[in-house]
Amino acid sequence: MKILVTSKRVTDPDMKIKVKADGTGIVTDGMNYKVNPFDEIAIEEALRIKEKGGGAEVVVVGIGGKDAALEIRSGLAMGADRGIHVLCEQAVDSSVVAQILAKVYETEKPDFVIMGKQAVDDDSNQAAQMLAGALGVPQACFASKVELAGDAKSARVTREVDGGLETIEVTFPAVLTADLRLNEPRYASLPGIMKAKKKKIDEIPVASLGVDTNPRVKFVKMTEPPTRKAGVKVADVPTLVQKLKEEAKVI
Amino acid sequence: MISFELSPEQEMLRKSIREFAEGEIKPRAVELDEKEEFDTALVKKMGEMGLFGMFVSEEYGGSHAGYLSYIIAVEEVARVDGSAAATVAAGNSLGIGPIYYFGSDEQKQKYLPKLCTGQALAGFGLTEPNAGSDAGGSKTSALPDDNGWVINGSKIFITNAANPLTSVVTVQAVTGKKEDGKKEYSCILVEPGTMGFVAKEMHGKLMWRSSNTAELYFDDCRVPAENILGKRGEGFHQMLKTLDGGRLSIGAMALGGAQGAFEMALRYSQERVQFGRPICKNQVIAFKLADMATQIEAARNLLYKACWLRENRKPFGKEAAMAKLFCSEVFKFVATEAVQIHGGYGLMKEYHVERFFRDQKLLEIGEGTSEIQRIVISRHLGV
Ligand SMILES: Cc1cc2nc3c(=O)[nH]c(=O)nc-3n(C[C@H](O)[C@H](O)[C@H](O)COP(=O)(O)OP(=O)(O)OC[C@H]3O[C@@H](n4cnc5c(N)ncnc54)[C@H](O)[C@@H]3O)c2cc1C
Repeated sequence: MKILVTSKRVTDPDMKIKVKADGTGIVTDGMNYKVNPFDEIAIEEALRIKEKGGGAEVVVVGIGGKDAALEIRSGLAMGADRGIHVLCEQAVDSSVVAQILAKVYETEKPDFVIMGKQAVDDDSNQAAQMLAGALGVPQACFASKVELAGDAKSARVTREVDGGLETIEVTFPAVLTADLRLNEPRYASLPGIMKAKKKKIDEIPVASLGVDTNPRVKFVKMTEPPTRKAGVKVADVPTLVQKLKEEAKVI
Repeated sequence: MISFELSPEQEMLRKSIREFAEGEIKPRAVELDEKEEFDTALVKKMGEMGLFGMFVSEEYGGSHAGYLSYIIAVEEVARVDGSAAATVAAGNSLGIGPIYYFGSDEQKQKYLPKLCTGQALAGFGLTEPNAGSDAGGSKTSALPDDNGWVINGSKIFITNAANPLTSVVTVQAVTGKKEDGKKEYSCILVEPGTMGFVAKEMHGKLMWRSSNTAELYFDDCRVPAENILGKRGEGFHQMLKTLDGGRLSIGAMALGGAQGAFEMALRYSQERVQFGRPICKNQVIAFKLADMATQIEAARNLLYKACWLRENRKPFGKEAAMAKLFCSEVFKFVATEAVQIHGGYGLMKEYHVERFFRDQKLLEIGEGTSEIQRIVISRHLGV
């Protein structure tokens, strides 16, 4: 069995982000980067499936400039077997990502793909769905539980949907995405990091894939969220209840 | 010639240990400190992360990741908690170090694989009640008899030496007189449970409260002849070498602690509003932060250079002493200012910075006080 997972290099969500004065993006000076946390969950799930037996190969793919190799290597340090780095210096949107991944999919022919449900930098939540569409395979997004069938030809996936959980069955090949509660990803241990040093990452220039890399989404402007206004202090409980009713309209 | 770039492995290691420390060590640090509790489960987790045996070759269960990687790991643990960092630094530099560098192949095979996974810990017993800075004044003796060694005496303040994971303690003992009339020192391995050996946990510490510190008593304690570490008479030299390396890890603890305290102060100063604006908008506070960041940067460069010397097999004793001295004094400055920036809250136990303020003090005392570091450095200067 072969499982394809993704590892996107994203800005560290724990850092304070500053928008450039001209609104063309964020200030990247001194910025820390890491693997998209949802991708880490996806990688962890693939590793757990592999460790249950059956001898799966876990291939981690990343798209980006030279620096993005580190996040692919982080996936290898967690335990993935091999990496693919699609070298691409320009910014890509979900649609371009889906097309690139479709090409990788065609050469790798994995049993299934598992990706993070979204990347914490642009929060688009579209790449996996578009990939499934491009490939014409089933999708099971926002998974909080993945159980492979005995013959490993399909999976029962519990999805987190509005108002509850939905359980569906998808036949492979398929595209899955990981939600927050699917698992708690392991930390890359030092022995894992040392082993990753010897694992292979294939570099593929994006130009060689024959994908139209022009983004479909037009970036207009980035602005800081409005600063939160200070709260108010209320004198007593009745005033609080009244304000909740009339101003906040929550009760 | 000069490169300040870490390898991809070192960068990943820093990130990964940071996440581990934030996720697994920090949440319980206040409670463990309050209760003076040594957490063996945490030691095992740290072992799984590969925090022990980083400079040990793979044949003995280490990861052979190099000394700077080890220093970065200690730094990252110390960034969230001094006690956990003490367990790691002492476990490696004082526990694993002497056995790895001076032990026989059999001794290494016997102890290192477990020490390198965190399933076991080893202590290094040098200090005695009446011999601290003056290690040459130690009196614990090991006299040869027909079956091996008979040890008598006591040791104090020995890290990692009295807990359920302790598998062995390296004890520095007087084993006779040299031809020139000076005392002959040797290091002897003593396992817990040996008749005549008692290890007692020490309590009531100001700092490192959740690290394990022990008093050791030897009363006609007999161990077999093969328990000697390396050759007879090499104990003093082994001790000096061990301390040189140990100083780098103390430097790393100080640097990591300073980094942690600085980050807390920075964040707090941006969030705490007085007179209608965040306190960091006052130049006095901003300049404090600027000084803290500058000192930390200088400390890191000195420590990493000392590690570089060591990794490249160049003499590093002077730089190690400088790094230990400088990093721990930088930590003192940074911890003091960090508490100051926190105002009254900085004095409360629920704020981590309070613990950092206490933990800092040990670093100017353990493994050679700041006064002793200055003696070591000035000797290197030939004065
Ligand atoms: C928590 C903790 C853990 C420790 N872990 C270990 C361990 O694992 N193994 C181990 O062997 N030891 C350990 N130690 C012991 C530590 O290394 C000693 O405490 C340290 O070396 C200082 O010795 P001392 O406490 O006897 O102080 P002293 O040597 O009595 O020093 C008292 C003061 O006199 C000063 N002084 C002494 N001599 C001179 C001089 N010639 N010139 C100028 N000033 C001088 C000192 O700098 C200091 O300020 C630990 C200590 C602590 C507190």
